[in-house]
Amino acid sequence: MKYSYFPGCTLRNKAKDLDDYARACAEKLGFSLEELTDWQCCGGVYPLGADEIASKLPSVRALNAAKKKGQDLVAVCSACYHVLKRVNDDMANVADIQTRANNYMQLDTPYTGETKVLHYLEVLWDVVGFDKLKEAVVNPLTGRKVGAYYGCLLLRPSSVMAFDDPENPTILEDFIRALGAEPVMYPYRNECCGGYISIKEQEKAAGLCKKITDSAEGFQADCLVTACPLCKYNLSKNSNLPIVYFTELLAEALGIKEAQE
Amino acid sequence: MSKVEQIKEISGVNPLKCMKCGKCSASCPSFNEMDIKPHQFVTYVINDDVEALAESKSAWKCLSCFACIERCPRDVKPGKLIDAARQILIRQRGQEGLSPDEIPALLDEEMPQQLLMSAFRKYRR
Repeated sequence: MKYSYFPGCTLRNKAKDLDDYARACAEKLGFSLEELTDWQCCGGVYPLGADEIASKLPSVRALNAAKKKGQDLVAVCSACYHVLKRVNDDMANVADIQTRANNYMQLDTPYTGETKVLHYLEVLWDVVGFDKLKEAVVNPLTGRKVGAYYGCLLLRPSSVMAFDDPENPTILEDFIRALGAEPVMYPYRNECCGGYISIKEQEKAAGLCKKITDSAEGFQADCLVTACPLCKYNLSKNSNLPIVYFTELLAEALGIKEAQE
Repeated sequence: MSKVEQIKEISGVNPLKCMKCGKCSASCPSFNEMDIKPHQFVTYVINDDVEALAESKSAWKCLSCFACIERCPRDVKPGKLIDAARQILIRQRGQEGLSPDEIPALLDEEMPQQLLMSAFRKYRR
């Protein structure tokens, strides 16, 4: 199975681990990620304004490129996934945005939301299957207590994201279980880390992050897993609890991490 | 177009649907820092009191975590209204929340590109 792949700005730089492990694990699990040529940064946050068109166009270009290849579009970063999926929803369902974006793009065939946007975890869940993933594990993470940190962007708003139950998600816990580790349930796993606010208001982000990591540590988590580079940055900056990308944990369980190092 | 009309147009929200249950404010991780709370924000728009909104700190405190949008039982989307108020500010010259001169001092080695990109979108046009 081949997918169009949108790595995003951070996976090319500070979050190279998230990207490298995702690609290597995909090959091992029998699917491949074909990076789109000429992709542009999604912008990091979805432009909420109904009149904001230009800032949605990088996503439309990526979505249309995947459509032309006849492939679903996969993202690993929570933010890229969030932005691509919401812009895609606009292109399918919001007539004004669809018209104005297409007027600008001047494509041979207008883009109207045909591409399916998937998060890497959804490919593991829906296509590979967590049962098959479990069979592929060569280095089970037995005895490790891992807290899933969902944050905001994968889950909300669920009317568009439709990723998992927005209040009581389970996909990451099932993923952790498939790798042989023990998922730790703690109440702050879908609370906000502060996101962009940490650039100007470190203390605000620190307060929010501390609640999350204190809660996870209180339930004896050894580490937290995330799919978001900004969550990882904010949480790591404010706690000694190790924060790891889900793809790193995956690579470790599949025996790829040692091979790459 | 009046400022309130602009907020409604940018957000695409009908504030009159609000039944004042307060779930948005109860869900908000920035509640304590907001002088006008999310549920009050909706009322200010209904009452056409945009000057107060423009002067309030609230618009700058929203994290765009979408908890209020997720939990609103009337689909009012308070977070979209707050973002629209912010848009009106940052679309005016001199009203941006982050100037290029400030940025070098804010950087550190671990900072992901995603944070810079997000900050550009949230504080500037």
